[in-house]
Amino acid sequence: MTISSDPGIQKAPAATADGFDFVYSPRFRALVSQTVVVLLLLWGLYEMVANTQANLAKLNKNFGFDFLTNAAGFDLSTTLIPFSSNSSYATALIAGFWNTVLVSVLGMIVSTVMGVFIGIMRLSKNQVVSGFATLFIELVRNIPLLLQLFVWYALVLKPLPSAKLAINFQDSIFISNRGVVMPHPTFGEGAWLAPLFLVAAIFGTWFYARWARQQQFETGRQLPVWSVNSAALVLAPIVGFAVAGWPVTWSYPALAGFNFKGGMTIVPEMAALLLGLSIFYAASTAEIVRSGIMAVSQGQTEASMALGLTRAQALRQVILPQAMRVMIPPMASQLLSLTKDSSLAIAIGFPDLMYASGTVNNQSGKAIEVFTLALLVYLGLSLLTAAFMNWFNARLKLVER
Amino acid sequence: MAREFVRTVDVPQRPPPARVANFWAVWRDRVAPSPLSAVATVVIALVVASTVWTVVDWAVIRAVWSAPDRTLCSEPGAGACWPFADARKLQWVYGLYPIDQRWRPNIVFTVGALSLAGLLIPKVPGKLWNGIFFFSVFPVLAVALLLGGFAGLSFVETTSWGGFLVTLIASFTSIVVSLPLGVALAIGRQSELPIVKLLCTIFIETVRGVPLVLVLFMAVNMLPLFLTPGTVPNKFAIVLVGVALFFSAYMAEVVRGGLQAMPKGQYEAANALGLHYWKLMTFIILPQALKIVIPSIVNTFIGVVQNTTLVLVVGIFDLLNMVNAGFNDATWASPQTGNTGYFSLAVIYWVICFAISRYSLYIERRLNVGHER
Repeated sequence: MTISSDPGIQKAPAATADGFDFVYSPRFRALVSQTVVVLLLLWGLYEMVANTQANLAKLNKNFGFDFLTNAAGFDLSTTLIPFSSNSSYATALIAGFWNTVLVSVLGMIVSTVMGVFIGIMRLSKNQVVSGFATLFIELVRNIPLLLQLFVWYALVLKPLPSAKLAINFQDSIFISNRGVVMPHPTFGEGAWLAPLFLVAAIFGTWFYARWARQQQFETGRQLPVWSVNSAALVLAPIVGFAVAGWPVTWSYPALAGFNFKGGMTIVPEMAALLLGLSIFYAASTAEIVRSGIMAVSQGQTEASMALGLTRAQALRQVILPQAMRVMIPPMASQLLSLTKDSSLAIAIGFPDLMYASGTVNNQSGKAIEVFTLALLVYLGLSLLTAAFMNWFNARLKLVER
Repeated sequence: MAREFVRTVDVPQRPPPARVANFWAVWRDRVAPSPLSAVATVVIALVVASTVWTVVDWAVIRAVWSAPDRTLCSEPGAGACWPFADARKLQWVYGLYPIDQRWRPNIVFTVGALSLAGLLIPKVPGKLWNGIFFFSVFPVLAVALLLGGFAGLSFVETTSWGGFLVTLIASFTSIVVSLPLGVALAIGRQSELPIVKLLCTIFIETVRGVPLVLVLFMAVNMLPLFLTPGTVPNKFAIVLVGVALFFSAYMAEVVRGGLQAMPKGQYEAANALGLHYWKLMTFIILPQALKIVIPSIVNTFIGVVQNTTLVLVVGIFDLLNMVNAGFNDATWASPQTGNTGYFSLAVIYWVICFAISRYSLYIERRLNVGHER
């Protein structure tokens, strides 16, 4: 029996005359399959563009971003930049963007602080404390965020009185179902001294921390870095402001009709959104913190105890720095999800970027342009956060030989 | 130069630990290992007790148990308005599906539940055929039965589907589509073909970089413009496509984690045995890689179930939106109606998601058994 008659063994590919077999050449196959993919893609794109042009022509619309300068004609309940219904569509989108940034950044800070706290609680020796943390996490993680937002919105808004019956603190802060209205500061001349002092303090604390570290290496003496630096950071802007002579005037809110005029407002939608986002993501963060700490081997704790560190010192100086390395990648995707989920604002009516885009689309009918812009902005935000977390990760990474 | 790295004074000796067998000592160690901890225990106990009391007081003691309309529920001091939930419960399940046709969703629910149970319980035989049925035959049959319009079955528009039915359909579609598509995208991202790799990476990263709400808005507002002029696509179908594509990107990253965890030796051994790329993938790599990531896949499913609630922003009546819609009914509008609806919803979603997460833990433990030596 010859080998070639055995069906289990393939004949070696026969070489063509010029020594190159097209069917069995991986390079040729790759070329063909990828050409097919590219052609399919181009065909799809062509169809899409052609269809879109035909559809737009039928609807008497054209593609372009000129409409962005038109007057918006709608109001947004709260904005960081001046906005009225006479402002342009572009201004509406920018106002929405800043609201998204505001809510995301605040949500990131609150949820991280809460999450770290609850994660550590979950590892407590005290079983009531750890049981409470487990209960909180299981309760929050298994209920959809959108439902939680609705609940918080109902709980925040319901008990509040109407604007006429607002809870009044010293005629300056009013709490009602229009939100918390408080005096709005207008900064006068010389106010720039405060941020200037703050920047100076940041540099100062950095140098002080470096110097203290060097001192510790040389003499073994530990200097009070943490308390001194936090005091410096808090006091610097206040001192700067005092030096400038408190250049600030407050505009007080006053009831006008059914709403307040003047002052600045934290709308209930924002309070509900922040509460919901922070609590939902605190639960996920707590799980990340817990698994990060658990990933540090028990020997590290024992070794720190043997060196005479207290539990708190061991946690802060030995365990957490190592746990951080495990925690950062999942934390990064966590913070990204939070930014994206801030778009749920649209369901309860907080004017973030998604809300503004939706409204601009309704008003102008420019779906493709508006949503492409929103897509690019959200992608940009995601990439920025991802880049920052990568940088942070690289900084904390164990330097291996 | 002073060196202060080393202790010069002995730490005072601590008393020996309390006898472990002592019941009270054990309990004290559990609830109050230190004075500060004891304070935390008391504070937490008070907070939990008052919260539980508020909920029980509202949901049971002050609750209205039977009433024809909103009058009793509107009285000051009234608790949960259970008659509202009772009156609405069938609408929460079926949406506006014609009442005399509700046996159709019922059949779908029953067959789906039986088949799913067969897949989930390890002891039940016939996993392969059951799986093929559940993931390919069942969806087609279900859609045909629900839509109708043939063999004497009346045609039911997707606009009248709603409630739990829609939540289930959306979750199920996302899972059935996102799993194979996610595997394909993950393999594509690992591919050695640069263009395929680039396209898969762009798709995955773009989708993961934008919120689901935006994807839904784009699907509903932009997708119809891309289709041949004159076609009026079904809005529900478009939303399903959007949700499914969205989760495919997430699934792809989960699967990629499994692929990357495969040791290189597996590829090399398969190559040495003479398996070409597709056989290598189907018979060697994917079965092992998918097995590792089953817990993450199940966790993604929890995300899918929770995030189907987002379809309400484009006006699809899923369970959450259906419950929301009931609040404006003049018969039942009262200060407690909303709370009752949200409370019921929270319980329903919590039970579903908690069950899935427990099942994921159970599977994880079962799979780990094989690796112990």
